Amino acid sequence: MINLFQKFGRGWLEVFERFGRAHMFLFQLIAALPSLFGRWGLLIKQLHSTGVMTLLIILVSGLFVGMVLALQGYNSLVRFSAEEALGQFVALVLFRELAPVLTALLFAGRAGSAMTSEIGLMKATEQLAGLEMMAVDPYKRVFAPRLLAGFLAVPALTAMFGAVAILGGHLVGVELLGVDAGAYWSQMKSEVSFTHDVLNGLFKALVFGFVICWIAIFEGADCVPTSEGVSGATTRTVVYSSLAVLGLDFVLTALMF
Amino acid sequence: MNSRTVEILVGVFMALFLLAMAFLVLKASNLTGISGNSGYQLHGYFENIGGLRARAPVTAGGVRVGQVSRIEYDAETFQAKVTLNIDEQYSSFPEDTTASIYTAGLLGEQYIGLEPGAEEDTLSAGDEITLTQSALVLERLIGQVLLNR
Repeated sequence: MINLFQKFGRGWLEVFERFGRAHMFLFQLIAALPSLFGRWGLLIKQLHSTGVMTLLIILVSGLFVGMVLALQGYNSLVRFSAEEALGQFVALVLFRELAPVLTALLFAGRAGSAMTSEIGLMKATEQLAGLEMMAVDPYKRVFAPRLLAGFLAVPALTAMFGAVAILGGHLVGVELLGVDAGAYWSQMKSEVSFTHDVLNGLFKALVFGFVICWIAIFEGADCVPTSEGVSGATTRTVVYSSLAVLGLDFVLTALMF
Repeated sequence: MNSRTVEILVGVFMALFLLAMAFLVLKASNLTGISGNSGYQLHGYFENIGGLRARAPVTAGGVRVGQVSRIEYDAETFQAKVTLNIDEQYSSFPEDTTASIYTAGLLGEQYIGLEPGAEEDTLSAGDEITLTQSALVLERLIGQVLLNR
């Protein structure tokens, strides 16, 4: 019986220990960010491996999400003969919710997991220790560029996701289902506010990008340096960052709209 | 990968981002913050504004000419005071213009429609629109039908 309590207590202590370590790690990470100034080469390389490599999956999913939204929206709106509002419906749903959240989830799966396994393998093969031996701070050299790159890449990908999805909605709504093209665009333009809808969505994306990269880098740097440990850390990155994105999305939506 | 290729790809990526932002700004949304400021103010008193809200459109002949900038309750006249922000270019509404609250479609948003009168003098900034018509409140209509039966 006592044993059970001990196990329970130790489990929770470990949870809080990791949580605390993650925050200390974050502070060190932020402290290392200013050193990036002037070393743009590192940032560009990371923007390539996070942003550019995720671009294709984002564009393809954006196109299909826009098409599905137009199809579903049309079927519901046509009952009230309000299919002219399709453009507004597609754009609002996208900018406020779907573009930031889906982009963040795809980013966590595509770039976040790659980031964790890369850093985890660096740790397992003692490259991080090697850097420290050469008096190169891995926070400045390895972690900070990845954090900033993800922070910039997710809003950029979100904007592209939204733009492509609206074109996908146009493809299905206007070309296929016969909604008037003028109504589609003018309803969208008059009802969607740039500051309230688009910028708030991009702000969400900024927060998601930050949190995903934080989790991914921390899991990589904190993993058990074995092949099993790296694979576990990669899985945890995807699970935790997806949960964090969905939870934060609720909080941010409640605050914004 | 060659670092030059990486730089080119990142450049293309950022260019696509700017393109997407330009598309979102120009085609898919409006910058209400900017268009809401230019113009002049008119106000009117309504018995009942129904579901009218700030930022609702103001139209004349079906064309959007401005938006509702403020709604407040006037405790002295016991009426709702609605302030309208009309675009600068539409500055020649006659003094006997009527402002009515309409609903766009059956379930749509409420907006203010202006119907110009025949007076020669025109409304200028800060003037009051004296001829107003309140919103049609569905519950009140139904109540009247039930009571008159």
